[in-house]
Amino acid sequence: MHDTRGRWMEFAIEALIRVLGISTIGIVLLIFAFLLREGLPVFFQVPLTNFLDVRWYPTFGMFGALPLLLGSAFVTFTAIAIALPLGVATAVFVREVAPNWAREILKPLIEVLAGIPSVVLGFFGMTFIAPRVREILGAPTGLTAFTGALVLAYMSLPTIISVAEDALDAVPKSYRDAGLAIGATQWQTIWRVVVPAARSGIVTAVMLGMGRAIGETMAVMMVTGNAARMPLTLDSFFRPVRTMTATIAAEMGEVAKGSVHYRALFAIGILLFVVTFFINLTAARAIFTKRRRGGLR
Amino acid sequence: MSRQQVQRIGFALLALAAITVVLPILLVIGNIVVRGLAAINWEFLTAMPKNGMKAGGIFPALVGTLLLTLGTAVVCIPMGVGGAIYLSEYARDTWLTRAIRLAIVNLAGIPSIVYGLFGLGLFVLFLQFGTSILAGSLTLAIMTLPVIISTSEEALRAVPMEFRTVSFSLGGTRWQGIRNIVLPQALPGIITGIILGLLRAAGETAPILFTVAAFYLPRLPRSPFDQTMALPYHLYVISTQVPGMPEHIQYGTALVLLAVVLSMNLVATLIRSYFRRRRQW
Repeated sequence: MHDTRGRWMEFAIEALIRVLGISTIGIVLLIFAFLLREGLPVFFQVPLTNFLDVRWYPTFGMFGALPLLLGSAFVTFTAIAIALPLGVATAVFVREVAPNWAREILKPLIEVLAGIPSVVLGFFGMTFIAPRVREILGAPTGLTAFTGALVLAYMSLPTIISVAEDALDAVPKSYRDAGLAIGATQWQTIWRVVVPAARSGIVTAVMLGMGRAIGETMAVMMVTGNAARMPLTLDSFFRPVRTMTATIAAEMGEVAKGSVHYRALFAIGILLFVVTFFINLTAARAIFTKRRRGGLR
Repeated sequence: MSRQQVQRIGFALLALAAITVVLPILLVIGNIVVRGLAAINWEFLTAMPKNGMKAGGIFPALVGTLLLTLGTAVVCIPMGVGGAIYLSEYARDTWLTRAIRLAIVNLAGIPSIVYGLFGLGLFVLFLQFGTSILAGSLTLAIMTLPVIISTSEEALRAVPMEFRTVSFSLGGTRWQGIRNIVLPQALPGIITGIILGLLRAAGETAPILFTVAAFYLPRLPRSPFDQTMALPYHLYVISTQVPGMPEHIQYGTALVLLAVVLSMNLVATLIRSYFRRRRQW
């Protein structure tokens, strides 16, 4: 039994909770609206062809964003090329092969990696990895696209490993039993049965890892050398490169509010928002489909 | 080569991959701990930076990070836990609920620098909070929100349905059941999620670049509308923006930041494993 005041309190609390839940949609819309508000006017101030140019020299009114776009893509894909085999193999090891004691060591360590601030990894990349890259290559600088990709690969590994692990976890035990029952070794069962069954989850893992990598800012800014050049040749791996995120972070502090340069940086922000939105949409679709089927278990 | 040999080699390769993943983690931590310890003393932690940050301590950066984390917590804990309660206890499977889930997935994927732009546009300029602790905390809170919502929802969902039906059958309302039964049971999981979310906020640099962080400000902030130094930004500044920076100060700062974040991580892990062992359902 409770009195009217109690019932009103309850009504108010439930209404508040409902509003809080729905407000998440509002926040996404608000973020997009403010990016558009600050960034969109630039397209009326600067001709579109200017943005599709290959030179980013904002002080001279040249806003060619192609080197930044390709820089982000180059570093991200290189990072994923490193992280995908490592991440999937580690997930398979942890879930299918590793003895318990090894799992107890591996999982917390990977969680620790997820928690290390990107600025700390960037610092380590600058002071530890870059000098070694320079020595090995005999290049003028160790701050290269490759150095950045290496750091990024490790930053996306925790995401890739944990999502891939969930995907392997969702493969029913009966699949494994069936594989072993027809005389396949555990190794054959893993690669011919379990991993293919978890394929869509592994794709999701890679998508989410890619989203993480493309949006990463501080570490990338600290170790890639930040030269806005087109990464089109093979030697681009071992030369400086500049990403969209690093450009925003490095330049926003120095521009006048409301200037063309300021709006151009917001326009890059819009692009980043849209790209990560679609990456996550694709990943989310995979997650939702699985949920609707009621899981594989 | 027999199938058994193939398997042995295969497993060895998998183990090698796992080692390749974890060894660098130990290397990062070991490197920073060993080289940073030399800088750590009471003065380093409690003194103002001097001489263009090349001497003295990191006190204002440490305080700034604590204040920002606290500000983030004040905003995002009620919002996040409330949102999670809605999703787990109230929401039915409608298009609206699906839209909310989609929004959360996307919030979690927005790059931190884009949160920084948003904070600059909304809090600093539009709402005219200026570059301030308030603007920075709000920006970090919104970034942390999806982490807290999804971990809290998971914790709430893990509470068995019977707990709710029993509360109903005793004449309790839905909210009474949530407040007295479900929330207390899910609390350890929720707290773990909150800590994991906050440690991410404490270590982030990009969202605070244009919303709060001060390059060099050797005094403590006096109000929420003040700028402040912060550990992650300070580490960025002294490792890239200041030529001739003594190495031990850089490593010392990195170590303090790492220690803050990893100790929060440890607390979260301990809470989780303690309550998992004690749980009776």
